[in-house]
Amino acid sequence: MPLVQIRDVTKVYPASTRGGEPVRAIDGVDLDIEEGDVYGIIGYSGAGKSTLVRLVNALESTTSGSIIVDGTDITTLSERELRKLRLGIGMIFQQFNLFSSRTVRGNIAYPLQVAGRPKAEIRARVDELLDFVGLADKASNYPDQLSGGQKQRVGIARALATSPRILLADEATSALDPETTHEVLGLLRTVNRELGVTIIVITHEMDVVQSLATKVAVMEKGRVVESGDVFDVFSRPQSPASQRFVSTVVKGVPSDIDLEALRARHSGRFVTVTFRDGGASQSDVFLEFGREGIGFELVYGGVNEIQGRAFGNLTLELTGADERIDAVIDRLRERVEIVEVV
Amino acid sequence: MDAVIDLAPLFAEAAFETLWLVFASLLFGGIGGLIVGLALYVTRAGNLFANRVVFGVLNVIVNIFRPIPFIIFLTAFQPLARLVIGTGIGTEAAIFTISLASTFGISRIVEQNLLTVSPGVIEAARAAGAGPLRTILTIVIPEALGPLILGYTFVFVAIVDMSAVAGVINGGGLGAFAIQYGFRQFEPAVTWTSLAIVIILVQVVQFLGNGLARKVLRR
Repeated sequence: MPLVQIRDVTKVYPASTRGGEPVRAIDGVDLDIEEGDVYGIIGYSGAGKSTLVRLVNALESTTSGSIIVDGTDITTLSERELRKLRLGIGMIFQQFNLFSSRTVRGNIAYPLQVAGRPKAEIRARVDELLDFVGLADKASNYPDQLSGGQKQRVGIARALATSPRILLADEATSALDPETTHEVLGLLRTVNRELGVTIIVITHEMDVVQSLATKVAVMEKGRVVESGDVFDVFSRPQSPASQRFVSTVVKGVPSDIDLEALRARHSGRFVTVTFRDGGASQSDVFLEFGREGIGFELVYGGVNEIQGRAFGNLTLELTGADERIDAVIDRLRERVEIVEVV
Repeated sequence: MDAVIDLAPLFAEAAFETLWLVFASLLFGGIGGLIVGLALYVTRAGNLFANRVVFGVLNVIVNIFRPIPFIIFLTAFQPLARLVIGTGIGTEAAIFTISLASTFGISRIVEQNLLTVSPGVIEAARAAGAGPLRTILTIVIPEALGPLILGYTFVFVAIVDMSAVAGVINGGGLGAFAIQYGFRQFEPAVTWTSLAIVIILVQVVQFLGNGLARKVLRR
């Protein structure tokens, strides 16, 4: 059974102005998050992803539908029971949200104090976490004495204090520079692999999903428009929203503007061939063209690797007799995804 | 200057009355203001105990009483002081009325300072499993402590100002003393000595408040 099951969930906010339309922030979302997943939820701002993640630890209440965490429908729980639930779900934030009145140690200890753990145990656990995130020497510093990356590491240590099974990351790297982002993503990967924590990552950055997530859901206007294995979604995005996101990290099918520019320079016919792990290889395809005497030139595209699996979208300009080109395209269609671009 | 020396014992008495008036009022008004300010803060829309009705009522009450000039407030609420304290005149009655008046002013200062605490920090506390009461006591107030100390220091000066009017209901203190023995007896030296004592008192407290706030804010 999935660790988190989201079933037909909606979240409606009352209209912000009198007589206005209520806002459907989440509009009928279904998601299954398995234990051990790193589940990326990607969408532009206003897509509802931040709201969705807050439904999982009930910082926001659902309007309808159910959210089942570890077998319990949390939409039926009382506030007191929800507090207990939250001890088992860590959360990190874009702006870190550290307590500036507490030291690094005080920040990490906070969830443990809330949980009512004995002092000696808290001390030992905080030491362990400080080592884990590599900040043992910063224990008595205050948050304003730390860099952005260090702050987020404190955030991660605080979120992990009560050894939760689920970690919610709300745009956790969006306020960080590329190098620090890399470092924090590495730490999150360790959290997932070594501690077995299931992570739900909210982001608008595709490379975060690409480098960290195993599964991804693409959100638009409160709905999940596409979800599945990262490799599948990246290599064959179906919805326009997914295609836009994928195009930010994967050079794939040329856009209309790209195409216009290409047409100005090339007079032949364009086809886009999608290569995926396990399908026909590039040399197979090129060999076919060569055998038929069709000229081909690579004009657009790229090859990417996700989770150790390669895929690519290559757009070729084909020159030669039209009937021969048609024949080859027909033949190749059985072995590889090939689309004529008009 | 002779008058000042002659009046030295009375001076000391007046100075202690002022201290008593100010610190007792600061204590009661401070607690009252903290409670009302917290109530305004937590019942505000989108906050931990958001409640439009409670917030609206408190807001109107504070807005009505806060701007009343203190000398009018002091006389207008004399019957209430008589009811609560048992007498409408004297230092205790003055403390009661100053505490009441300052509660409204302090509540706004408390509310404003608490509002500077980032909602994200409160969300982090809730996400860690803290209930609303715990969040207020262990996160919201500590996070706003520096500005709160500065706010209370500011309030101290305002209460010193109020205490000078206490003489109207025979509340004593340096204000009444300066009027009675300085102004009315044509002894400017007495007036100016009273003034000097008040200035020293305010300076010392402001210095302590700033120092404490700096310590809490670590800058």
